[in-house]
Amino acid sequence: MAEDKSNAEAYWKANLRLITGCMIVWALVSYGFAILLRPLLSGIPVGGTDLGFWFAQQGSILTFIGLIFFYAWKMNRLDKKFGLGE
Amino acid sequence: MSQFLINVLFVGASFAIYIGIAIWAKAGSTKDFYVAGGGVHPVTNGMAIGADWMSAASFISMAGLIAAGGYANSTFLMGWTGGYVLLAMLLAPYLRKFGKFTVPEFIGDRFYSRTARMVAVICLIVASVTYVIGQMAGAGVAFSRFLEVDATTGLIIAAVVVFFYSVLGGMKGITYTQVAQYIVLIIAYTIPAVFISLELTGNPLPALGLFSDHNASGEPLLSKLNEVVTALGFNAYTAMVDNKLNMVLFTLSLMIGTAGLPHVIMRFFTVPKVADARWSAGWALVFIGLLYLTAPAVASMARLNLMTTIYPDMAGQVENYEDATTNPIAYESRPDWIRTWEETGLITFEDKNNDGNIQFYNNAADFSERGWEGNELEVNNDILVLANPEIANLPGWVIGLIAAGGLAAALSTAAGLLLAISSAISHDLIKGAINPNISEKSELMAARISMSVAIVVATYLGANPPGFAAQVVALAFGIAAASLFPVLMMGIFSKRVNNKGAIAGMLSGLIFTLVYIFIYKGWFFIPGTNNLPDTPENWVLGISPLSIGAVGAIINFAVAYLVSNATEQPPQEIQDLVESVRYPKGAGGAIDH
Repeated sequence: MAEDKSNAEAYWKANLRLITGCMIVWALVSYGFAILLRPLLSGIPVGGTDLGFWFAQQGSILTFIGLIFFYAWKMNRLDKKFGLGE
Repeated sequence: MSQFLINVLFVGASFAIYIGIAIWAKAGSTKDFYVAGGGVHPVTNGMAIGADWMSAASFISMAGLIAAGGYANSTFLMGWTGGYVLLAMLLAPYLRKFGKFTVPEFIGDRFYSRTARMVAVICLIVASVTYVIGQMAGAGVAFSRFLEVDATTGLIIAAVVVFFYSVLGGMKGITYTQVAQYIVLIIAYTIPAVFISLELTGNPLPALGLFSDHNASGEPLLSKLNEVVTALGFNAYTAMVDNKLNMVLFTLSLMIGTAGLPHVIMRFFTVPKVADARWSAGWALVFIGLLYLTAPAVASMARLNLMTTIYPDMAGQVENYEDATTNPIAYESRPDWIRTWEETGLITFEDKNNDGNIQFYNNAADFSERGWEGNELEVNNDILVLANPEIANLPGWVIGLIAAGGLAAALSTAAGLLLAISSAISHDLIKGAINPNISEKSELMAARISMSVAIVVATYLGANPPGFAAQVVALAFGIAAASLFPVLMMGIFSKRVNNKGAIAGMLSGLIFTLVYIFIYKGWFFIPGTNNLPDTPENWVLGISPLSIGAVGAIINFAVAYLVSNATEQPPQEIQDLVESVRYPKGAGGAIDH
């Protein structure tokens, strides 16, 4: 029972770590690159404008898609590793 | 064949498909009605979420908003997609594991409080009703423009179709019609965009065309567009935004609001496993992304097309933009699509300097030395996508497709919202509070009756939209962001937040957000009752009432945390419930009550 509990706790901690990492990327591409840090990226040209504009209109969406699939794939592995999947 | 007949044929065929699906997918139990039996494949669910989510606002209005605002309105692109990251990681898998039918049901069980459940029901109904008005009104516009019936008749036709598949099939009928509607709407959106991208840039993929060179001038499309619009006194299309705080908060409000909207969350209850809830969030964003990556291309290309239609001298390589802007077309020689849309009142022309030409420029700029006495052409943002095929001279069947696509977008979202409303009434209000001993059969009947009533109310409000219809969408996102999202998230990620904390948090987030909106937009949106003018100088710290939901959410989190820590721990069985939603094991059985 105690072992079950610590196993479950470890699973939840691993999940929280993974979420935190993904959330940092999520915030970085949208609030960072596309808005607040856009002036810093203005030197990198992309098709008649700059990298920040690309992140605002396309890059952030592509990153979001990648993030969700990465998270789903990682969680499937965690479910198996800790034996808590269905 | 006349354009009218083509439109009728396309819309009629799509409606026939929806009705066929309804007959095939009839709901036999409350489980079928609320969660489509719980056996929907994640890819299917992703597609249904795409149609459920992409409303008349995404299909019809968004590209127009981006065309008008350029970079500044990228907020809609990021805001309406970034919420899926939050759903996939913070809400969907755990709520699926919880395995009940509605969002208020989770709030009521987790916070062991009927009051909390009822507050959630009210938030859900207000957010969903305001949202559904916009869908019905959007369907009305599409009907009146393309099918030459008046908006009310059009709405009644649409309501009968929605009635058929949602009352009969519930979530089961809605799921499979949404899949069909997604296919119709994505084809309708993409085909004209591909043609326009080919014509302007030679690139068949609009998303890539956006960053390619413009054929006629040889310059990158976006630099060309910047030159054209700045020559007419508009802000550069890709210009930076000064008020970054407001841009961040607006995007955040849209993201949190998206994640907190019950009609979207409910779709995750329909998949068999927790892992499927995660995958379907990913698939949903793939299907949404197909449209959202095309939309900014449609926006900039349509803006350029519109400008060069009025000022043909600016179309190709331009030596001197000053000269190129002196030669707009004469009103008499305007293209047919301007004539068609003038009839709807969505394009208006007023010859202020009586020279017979169309001067189209930023009204705030001063061109009086040229004898221009003000901007003469008003173009409603909403027509951009609908008029796109006509602007690009595409064949009649593409126009018919756009008509069917716009209706698919509006009706699929309306059906999802109506299901959220009716299940809150039959499951949370009737079974949860008024008559807990109601039989399965009677509950199913109650769900069907409340769905029917909701359709009648939505149709009436769609035909007679309150004057504030455009404003209330902000209200829907504000409510979802400030009240529902934070308590759902805390209910999963904190064992300490108790009933008192959750209720105090929801109410303070909600009231703060509503008051801030009402101060600028008028109390209950009654014109003239606002305390301060709705202009950036009057906003606190430059935060617009549309962006305030994010602040309301932060207040909700803070109040819930403080109140919970000052009061007792939740009972042990609630802490065990939180534990159990965190681990996927055993989700399959949980759905059976």
